[in-house]
Amino acid sequence: MMQTSITQAMALIYRGDLILAFRRWEQIAQPVVFLAMVTTLVPLALSPELGELREIAGGVLWIAALLAALLGLEFLYRSDHADGTLEQMLLSGQPLALIALAKTAAHWTASGLPLVLVSPLLAVGLGVPADALVVLMTSLALGTGILSSLGAVGAALTLGLRRGSVLLSLLVLPLAMPALIFGARAVDMAIHGEVARGPLLLLGAMFVLSLTLSPMAVAAALRISQE
Amino acid sequence: MNWTWFHKLASPPHFYRLAGRITPWLGWPAFLLIVIGLYGGLVLAPPDYQQGDAFRIVYVHAPSAWMSMFIYGMMAIAAAIGLIWRIKLAHAVAAAAAPVGAWFTFVTLVTGSLWGRPMWGTWWQWDARMTSELILLFLYLGLIALRASIDDRERADRASAVLALVGVVNLPIIHYSVYWWNTLHQGSTITKFGKPSITFDMLWPLLVMFVAFKLFFGMVLMLRVRGEVLRRERDASWLREELTR
Amino acid sequence: MNLSDFLAMGGYAAFVWPSFGLTLIMLILNVRNARRMHALAREHALRRLDAARKPT
Repeated sequence: MMQTSITQAMALIYRGDLILAFRRWEQIAQPVVFLAMVTTLVPLALSPELGELREIAGGVLWIAALLAALLGLEFLYRSDHADGTLEQMLLSGQPLALIALAKTAAHWTASGLPLVLVSPLLAVGLGVPADALVVLMTSLALGTGILSSLGAVGAALTLGLRRGSVLLSLLVLPLAMPALIFGARAVDMAIHGEVARGPLLLLGAMFVLSLTLSPMAVAAALRISQE
Repeated sequence: MNWTWFHKLASPPHFYRLAGRITPWLGWPAFLLIVIGLYGGLVLAPPDYQQGDAFRIVYVHAPSAWMSMFIYGMMAIAAAIGLIWRIKLAHAVAAAAAPVGAWFTFVTLVTGSLWGRPMWGTWWQWDARMTSELILLFLYLGLIALRASIDDRERADRASAVLALVGVVNLPIIHYSVYWWNTLHQGSTITKFGKPSITFDMLWPLLVMFVAFKLFFGMVLMLRVRGEVLRRERDASWLREELTR
Repeated sequence: MNLSDFLAMGGYAAFVWPSFGLTLIMLILNVRNARRMHALAREHALRRLDAARKPT
């Protein structure tokens, strides 16, 4: 039998998950539509004045993006759990943490990346100046990445539980609060024409930390769920 | 090093008996110290030169705040021990500690709010300490909710342990990011909290209360762990001897 | 110092007493909950032991 190296296995999982995700296009579209709706609610609830909206745009976009990114998390391991793929992954002898990392990356590509890509469009609607859009996209890319890796831990812990999705948000949101603080602050600074290097670097540090530590927690949680 | 004491301590029957024996030795001193601390704090300590008698809330607020964090840390250590060495008793300790910690966090928030009303002029101020305490409460509630929604006890134990460890890694990050966030938006906050110009007759009741709360937690933990052990070991043979004696 | 002065807490009575009251209630509730939890678990275990003994 041919041995599959871990990099090959990761690439296979990443590609397989993406193919599955793009086959169910509505699952990719839902968070994006949700993000667009929430940002539409804000002018309706507060004021159509772009000057006023600009002041809160950073926070609004970040909150909406975090909530939108939470939407698909519960499906991350659900089908693998249901059809026995997860068991095969555990038995495959490949390091489970790296498999989890590949799955998280695939999940981010299918759910976080679309949010990042549409965010400039919505930001312009909230009066964000064009110079701030790069910072917005960078911060959201890092932020949705952090949420995907933290959320993967939550998804693995709540795997197969009834009402798992509500529980999942309850577990993940407090952990994501630091990211929200720095992300929204970075966007806010950029909107006001300041250099947002500091918060972006801290956000990057958090991204690296969550990316290195959370796969191990996911692996532990997956093993527990299959015992 | 000789580890027999450790294995003995981790054996449920031994711990069950030991906990039963030391509970009164924790409970009565805790009760006594709380009475002394309350008398010292409410009667003997002079009013603060800036805050008047409102500062006396510190005697319940500060020990609760300290316990809320201490319990989370202790719970995470118990969870790690339970995960790494697969010691069931450690999971029982973690399970018993979480609700108590949540209660202390809740009391910290309410007493902080009651203290804040005369000092800040509002019931709630998004102050760094209060905000991180609120996030801590969310972490506790998440843990309790996760444990409650898993039926299988072993899975509940181990999943909660993983979550407790993830939480403890995140706590410092949450703490520092909240402080950073708070210093940015400080501008409008006017606090009457002066420099710590605390005198000895203000300080000793506080220290007494700190010790009292810790002993109190010890007692409640012992009682709860005994309950947890009974629930977990219901088919063990030692239980028959222990309960029908 | 007389009692009414003490109860007035220099005008801060409405904040000081609820704080102490709530804390004490919380402490008492915790002891009660813990004791009840232990008593229930004990009762349950005893009932199980009885049930296990009967068939033999």
